[in-house]
Amino acid sequence: MCRLFSITSNEALSPIVAINALNVMKEGHDGSGVGLFLTDLGGEFEKFKNEPILSGIFSNEGIKALDRFMIDLDFMVKYKLSFRPNRPTPPGTPKRDNYVIRVYEYPADWEGFSQEDIQFRLMMIQLRLREMGEKDQSMLIFSFWPDVIMIKEVGDPLTVAEYLGLDRKELSARTILSQGRQNTNYAIDIYACHPFFIQGMSTMTNGENTAFVPIREFLMSRDFPGYAGYQSDSEVFAHILHYMHNKLGLSMEMYKHIITPLKDNELTRHPDGGLLRNLKQSCRPLIIDGPNCVIGCLPDKSMFMVQDSKKLRPGIVGGRPGIFAFSSEMCGLDAAIPERDINLDYQPMKYETVLVRSERQEIVKWSQWDTLPPLH
Amino acid sequence: MEPMGHITPSTLSTKDLPWQILWDKEKCTLCGSCTTVCPVRAIDLGVHRKRSLQVPVGLETRPGNLFSVYHGIDQRTDPAHACVGCGMCTMVCPNGAILPVHGDEIDKLRFHVNQGGEPRRRGGRRNTTDSVLDKIKFIRISMLTDPALDAGRHEFELRTLLGRVLPPEAMLKVRRKEGWIPPVREIYPLVIGSMSFGALSPNMWEGLQMGVAYLNEEMGMPVRICTGEGGCPPRLLKSRFLKYVILQIASGYFGWDEIIHSLPKMKEDPCAIEIKYGQGAKPGDGGLLMWYKVNKLIAAIRGVPQGVSLPSPPTHQTKYSIEEAVAKMIQSMSMAWGFRVPVYPKISATSTAMAVLNNLTRNPYAAGLAIDGEDGGTGAAYNVSMDHMGHPIASNLRDAYLTLVKLGKQNEIPLFAGGGIGKNGNLAANAAALIMLGASGVQTGKYIMQAAAGCLGSETDRCNICNIGLCPKGITSQDPRLDRRLDPEKVAQRVVDMYMSFDTELKKIVAPLGRSTSLPIGMSDALGINDADAAGRLNIKYVL
Repeated sequence: MCRLFSITSNEALSPIVAINALNVMKEGHDGSGVGLFLTDLGGEFEKFKNEPILSGIFSNEGIKALDRFMIDLDFMVKYKLSFRPNRPTPPGTPKRDNYVIRVYEYPADWEGFSQEDIQFRLMMIQLRLREMGEKDQSMLIFSFWPDVIMIKEVGDPLTVAEYLGLDRKELSARTILSQGRQNTNYAIDIYACHPFFIQGMSTMTNGENTAFVPIREFLMSRDFPGYAGYQSDSEVFAHILHYMHNKLGLSMEMYKHIITPLKDNELTRHPDGGLLRNLKQSCRPLIIDGPNCVIGCLPDKSMFMVQDSKKLRPGIVGGRPGIFAFSSEMCGLDAAIPERDINLDYQPMKYETVLVRSERQEIVKWSQWDTLPPLH
Repeated sequence: MEPMGHITPSTLSTKDLPWQILWDKEKCTLCGSCTTVCPVRAIDLGVHRKRSLQVPVGLETRPGNLFSVYHGIDQRTDPAHACVGCGMCTMVCPNGAILPVHGDEIDKLRFHVNQGGEPRRRGGRRNTTDSVLDKIKFIRISMLTDPALDAGRHEFELRTLLGRVLPPEAMLKVRRKEGWIPPVREIYPLVIGSMSFGALSPNMWEGLQMGVAYLNEEMGMPVRICTGEGGCPPRLLKSRFLKYVILQIASGYFGWDEIIHSLPKMKEDPCAIEIKYGQGAKPGDGGLLMWYKVNKLIAAIRGVPQGVSLPSPPTHQTKYSIEEAVAKMIQSMSMAWGFRVPVYPKISATSTAMAVLNNLTRNPYAAGLAIDGEDGGTGAAYNVSMDHMGHPIASNLRDAYLTLVKLGKQNEIPLFAGGGIGKNGNLAANAAALIMLGASGVQTGKYIMQAAAGCLGSETDRCNICNIGLCPKGITSQDPRLDRRLDPEKVAQRVVDMYMSFDTELKKIVAPLGRSTSLPIGMSDALGINDADAAGRLNIKYVL
């Protein structure tokens, strides 16, 4: 089973904080991969809040192709942070030429484009680059978005972090998602490393999503190019969130109602049973079915955790005003925020969603039994 | 032996028949039960003369003959009275003295059943035990990291939807405007397929309805039953149990006078309306209720004279194309119940099914599509239609589902699959396979008849005389002397037994796959088959 840890803090933190928490939970993952999602960035990247950042791994040839492609699109590099480790690669980790984080300046002719248009174009560039590098593995692209950095690699989290030197001072963020992976059901593929990212939102999951194939078919038939990839059955959690948020215009209260709706007989007792029944029917192919704990981050930087409909996975959130962490195991939370009041720790159950907003003042909880906000 | 001149081309011996009656003189008590019960009068009391040679010791008396008479069974060999292998004689024999056995080669009877130029008609099913569905295995078992669920202890929600489901965007838009959302029923995914009042005896129908009502009201299982084309008894139409019933309208419109007249008195809406355009067992052919079965009661419910055959036309006569039929009939039926009842067509599986489906995707009132494969059963049809016409359900259903996936409408138009589900007894496995290939639910008829009422029919042409009203179990007979053999209470009990065991078996299939929150519709990654061509055709894994 994978291990999940995320942290949201008023002070920018090094990703090593999250890696250390994963390391504490090491007995639960086999070190077959590590993934990091960093947003609300600190350090050097603080200056570039609105410029898109490209995160990926490139061969030397890939870098040249990237440059040619981006120049053709009139994207100029504003700032970059590249790792080119000289040390021997850790066991299981392939030798790579360049780990790249680049901040770009938007092309001049993008000025005046709507926010939606810009976001679509950024996604399409990410997809195009991924496609260009697919054949020869010359480019592996994880995100292309303002104020977002993603790092992924195959191997043990701590070893990989040391190898890449992730403790460098340029790299820090206030919101971090991290996952240490146990790869059991599908081939080891770097694109299968969580967290998954789409247009400013990200999720990571442990457990297996047995309803994966019908969900994938449904998403892929929505006629939205971003619903692609799916090297992991967990990628659909991010895309369902995106679909709900961007396509249906629904807020986070509805996520649980889509992925784990109330049972038919429960809906008859719910104050908004009519709407929820319609939603359950219309979104039937998005119902997940597996032991899953999902941790994610929304574009407004709020962080959330939900469980499967039977609550078959552990998951805990705790902290204090200013800093909160979400962890699949309590020991991860203990390692990251030892000084918190553990009496205020919270383990969401099968009907619940917990969320910490970007103000980081409290753990907001709601249940699927609560009355819904009105549709607008 | 008779002189040679009396042997006609159609003179057959018992060896030429599909079934031979073995009879044991030593055990027989000459009670006559077997000859009485035989539905086709294949056996008669036989009076046999036997000669014994008497050879006394010595030479004084010459050897002589002793003639004696014994009584027993004669098997008739004319085509009209050939044994159908039902085995009722064995069932009633107090001493186990009689048994029909299947011949060891292809019978000669089949070349002579067309006496008078009339091809063979029968009830039953396609005479082959082949089943692609039986070959499908469930291979994606959740193991180490995500252990399988517990079929006995975890909660399962194995429901499905019948009705046009709006895509999420459209549903939210309609809700904001408080517009019309098409009716959708939450039902159990195993539907009792259309078997008409007329094809079935009153006792069988009553038993099924009681079983369905019990499952709904006592067991909390939303099981639905389709009437078939033959109307519905007025008392049921006006009862609260109508909500468990799918009313079928077909090209003969039998029984619809009564239904329309009952509309103002209905306490509940029916579950749905099924418009039958085709039937898997005899695709492209209309329903057929032969005159033997059209008694006073059936005639009254169907609104026809007694004692005449009721062949429904192959198509709905008022329509010239399926597009028009679908559009007009669905709309008319929807309107009759104030757009509160899902209306969907049922077609026979065919290579042209995708055209129908594509048409439905553009009709906002179409509530689903039922596809009936070649292995479906029937109360009466021409043998050639049953044995040779039609399309297997598995690939047709899969094509339909993948067509919907391509259009992004896989959740909008539920597909119901029928025809051969459980034909060899593997009801839950066949149903689960079809669901994972993309069916929202399945319909079954023959299995219900076998399990709930003891139908003797089989895929090897046993019995299969549903068409002539002589069902030895009283399931498809309108003769009260036969019908009363079936106790409706016992049928209801068996319906409940059957559904409860099906439910357990379905859980035993989905739990190891890690599914419990929703029905695994289209979960094709769980399926494998030991046949590379079938795997390629169905787009599932080939396993060895």
